[in-house]
Amino acid sequence: MSKTGVLIEIDNIEVKDTTLGVLTAAAGEEIYALVLDNDAAKVKDKLALYGAEHIISITATGDVAASPDLQAQSIAAAIKEYDLKAVLGTASSTGKDLFARIASIMDEPLVSDCVEVNIAEKKAKKSHFSGKTFADLKINGDFFLCTIRPNSIEPAEAPAAGNIIEFNTDVKDPGFIKIIETKKGGKEKLDLTEAPVIITGGRAIRAAENYKMLEECADLIGAAVGASRAAVDAGFAPHSMQVGQTGKTVSPKLYIACGVSGAVQHFAGMKTSKVIVAINEDKDAPIFGKCDYGIVGDIFEVVPAITSKLKE
Amino acid sequence: MKIFVCVKHVPDTAASIKLAGETGFDDSEIKFIASPYDEYGIEEAVSLVEKNDGEVVIVTVGKDNAVSTIRSAMAMGAHRAILVKIDSQFLDSSLTAKALKAAIEQDGAGDLIFTGKGSVDTESFQTQYRLAELLEMPVVNEVSSLSIDDGKAVVEREIGGGEKQVIEMNLPCIIGADRGLNEPRYPKFPDIMKAKKKKIHEIEFSSLELDESKSMVEIEKLELVPERSGAKMIEGSVNDQADQLVKILKQDEKVL
Ligand SMILES: Cc1cc2nc3c(=O)[nH]c(=O)nc-3n(C[C@H](O)[C@H](O)[C@H](O)COP(=O)(O)OP(=O)(O)OC[C@H]3O[C@@H](n4cnc5c(N)ncnc54)[C@H](O)[C@@H]3O)c2cc1C
Ligand SMILES: Nc1ncnc2c1ncn2[C@@H]1O[C@H](COP(=O)(O)O)[C@@H](O)[C@H]1O
Repeated sequence: MSKTGVLIEIDNIEVKDTTLGVLTAAAGEEIYALVLDNDAAKVKDKLALYGAEHIISITATGDVAASPDLQAQSIAAAIKEYDLKAVLGTASSTGKDLFARIASIMDEPLVSDCVEVNIAEKKAKKSHFSGKTFADLKINGDFFLCTIRPNSIEPAEAPAAGNIIEFNTDVKDPGFIKIIETKKGGKEKLDLTEAPVIITGGRAIRAAENYKMLEECADLIGAAVGASRAAVDAGFAPHSMQVGQTGKTVSPKLYIACGVSGAVQHFAGMKTSKVIVAINEDKDAPIFGKCDYGIVGDIFEVVPAITSKLKE
Repeated sequence: MKIFVCVKHVPDTAASIKLAGETGFDDSEIKFIASPYDEYGIEEAVSLVEKNDGEVVIVTVGKDNAVSTIRSAMAMGAHRAILVKIDSQFLDSSLTAKALKAAIEQDGAGDLIFTGKGSVDTESFQTQYRLAELLEMPVVNEVSSLSIDDGKAVVEREIGGGEKQVIEMNLPCIIGADRGLNEPRYPKFPDIMKAKKKKIHEIEFSSLELDESKSMVEIEKLELVPERSGAKMIEGSVNDQADQLVKILKQDEKVL
């Protein structure tokens, strides 16, 4: 067993589901949950249930929330203090940013957005060429960092002790960057890249307000709503909802494409989804050649029918 | 202003990848482009220089044929370029950052460095951070809006769910460009002709005395992600179709 850190992401005093999958990715190792600038006691039980033997509650002096560099420095200090051999996290926007900062400060390997990791053998698997290939990577050295693509590892309970250890560090903020404001999001409630299910509306959605139809369905099953580039370019949805080569890369358990033709650039962002469903009125739409289940029909009839089935 | 843009030469995202050997791909016939996010960096750099004077220098670590990508960046308005020549198809991020640093330092410091938010071939998401650490500069990635005033850059970065952080930093700094920053221009014919005469300074990777065997990460095997063979079509009335789909997703696939 090697000492393995897992960086815990917390949203509204709840451990994020994607983080639970990362704990499971470290199963079999001696897990140190790293909780930064947060109330560790509130998440103790959940972390223990999913395998955390130790919970390191990291605090630092300074405005931690406003400085990603200070966050990275503090985590790096904890890694050294507890002599961790690997540290895993979620490939979310914040996770990817923090891990790249930690890897740079420590001058250590980082494999990002992996779908599998083998800590003992120091190997990982990840997408190359926008989901066209998988690469098996070998990591050199005694220590490495790894971010896991959300939803690629199913969380599994593995009760452990979950002892809280306080770790206070006096690392200095290099003072390079400062977050001066956080602007609230639009209507998207769930982050696309982390959502377990995504319902996407393409150009066929025809108007911004028609996304309500998809949202109604999505709300029932904890899904997020996405858009194709054609829909974004037509002004029906903000760019933050775009899936594809020039939008978000997503890998949910279930991807439902409504009125999307199936262009390569769209697939570049969702190809590694587990199950792909397409609804399109054109039986010859290219998307039917590249998905798991297809329904030929009008999205304005099929989607409400699915929504009402889900309500039953 | 002197602005560097780090541009990676990558296969066109529409190209189909053919594997060659265990760890490589056939790069002789497919089209290569500047990694799409790097293009937002090129556009931003060129328009800043158009407003404030100065020059835009492209820096690429790549094989000989990366020259085609450099020329396309020049057609968008970059003034000159540095190509650090390597033989391999993949160079890990740590060595790439060291090579970029060496090229930039040999040329002389700049006011700003652009990169893309991530490359679309290896999707490593880290070269810009390693470069920032080596050059002791601030870095912000996934930047979708930028304003520069009085030696300070204020940027916006999306952090998921449509939420955005507004971040301030001093120049010189590194900015990882994302979509939203601008609309990259399409070069016109005269620009393409002009680009052919612009200067590309070549540096041999071996002359930088970086140990290529010291890579942190190596590819052991590349494999194609299997194509789905085509959809199982769900037939019947709309009501039946919805009913069957929900059952399949719940009972067979267990994804609901
Ligand atoms: C460099 C580059 C980058 C790109 N990046 C992206 C990207 O990140 N993401 C992306 O999505 N695209 C991207 N594209 C664009 C991509 O090539 C396609 O143009 C785009 O994905 C098409 O979107 P769409 O499927 O919504 O629209 P269309 O291709 O117009 O398809 C609409 C589909 O809806 C069907 N339809 C219409 N009405 C109905 C109805 N009532 N019910 C059911 N079906 C209906 C039609 O049969 C059609 O198949 C990029 C392109 C380039 C060149
Ligand atoms: N070989 C390279 N040559 C020039 N720039 C590069 C190279 N590799 C990475 N970069 C830059 O670093 C960014 C992030 O790349 P990556 O870490 O591979 O995702 C890219 O968008 C480029 O701007």
